[in-house]
Amino acid sequence: MKELWKLFLTFARIGGLTFGGGYAMLPMLQKEVVEKYGWATEEELMDYYAIGQCTPGIIAINTATFIGYKRKKLAGAIFATYGVVFPSLIIITIIAAFISNFSDLAIVQNAFSGIQVCVCVLILNAVLRLMKKSVIDLPTALIFAAVALLSVFSGLSPIFFVLGAGAVGVILKSLGGKSK
Amino acid sequence: MMIYLQLFYEFFKIGLFAIGGGLATLPFLQDFADRTGLITRGDIANMIAISESTPGPIGINSATYFGYQLGGVFGGITAVVGLVTPSIIIIVLISKILSKFKGNRYVDSVFYGLRPASTGLIAAAGFGVAEIALIGIDAFRASGLWMDLFRLKHLILAVFLFVLIKKTNRHPVVYIALSAVVGIVFHFAGV
Repeated sequence: MKELWKLFLTFARIGGLTFGGGYAMLPMLQKEVVEKYGWATEEELMDYYAIGQCTPGIIAINTATFIGYKRKKLAGAIFATYGVVFPSLIIITIIAAFISNFSDLAIVQNAFSGIQVCVCVLILNAVLRLMKKSVIDLPTALIFAAVALLSVFSGLSPIFFVLGAGAVGVILKSLGGKSK
Repeated sequence: MMIYLQLFYEFFKIGLFAIGGGLATLPFLQDFADRTGLITRGDIANMIAISESTPGPIGINSATYFGYQLGGVFGGITAVVGLVTPSIIIIVLISKILSKFKGNRYVDSVFYGLRPASTGLIAAAGFGVAEIALIGIDAFRASGLWMDLFRLKHLILAVFLFVLIKKTNRHPVVYIALSAVVGIVFHFAGV
């Protein structure tokens, strides 16, 4: 039970400190889940993001469910998932109830323009960290570059990239296996 | 009672069919708005503005916001429960299957290709944020001056933060708080 509350509180902290979508959550996950508690490895985070992107449901929730389930099965999945949504429930309810012009306030707009800059630097830093584990040879470097560029310029759904890259992985590995 | 059932049903559907990040839920919300008339497209724009200036993933914020608008505090909770239920079911099933195939040669080689792709997708998402945060396309279009294309204050902060993160490696919230203060002091939104 103690472990379940720890999952809930940790994910509540992560949800409450995430500004943006599921991607903005990644630096928090690296800090709390990988570095602080060792609940998952960087490799596992990448796997969760890849799967989370081509399965139903938003990425932030899917990733929390994955890590919760890995720790404590179904109960862990439920505690982690409700942890990550908890701060949103409280904060948005308060804003919707009491502050009708919240996003028009000058102080809020200025603060969040600053935070946006920080979020893109944090994501860049997170990507550099992941690259050390995922871009390990020439084929993986090519996959990384191709997916990043195509995703920015083509606007294709991430599902195509995930399925394609998985297939390329199998082909490359089976070719490599034969030549040895 | 009806409204709670409807909220649960609508957001369960979004959780089941929206694939990807929170922004993937937008087309479904627009469809919900057009079909039922319970919310308007203006409400959706308003929700995005609030979501972008509060913590929490956008998808969850939008469920809470519309749930509250339509059914009060309990409506917000119902919509969020609806949104997360499909994820919990599906991801738990996938986790079960994955742990069965752990160490399988084919599964390992799938992940060999998947990990750089996953990293690439995250890099592309970061680029999307950078486009909004660092580049002033609107100001550039309005004035035609190249110096307006890059938001100098924002770029300086970005470089400073990058060096600081590399040197200190603190919890991300430290840098977020610092950036909020810098944004307020130096009027980053121009207001």
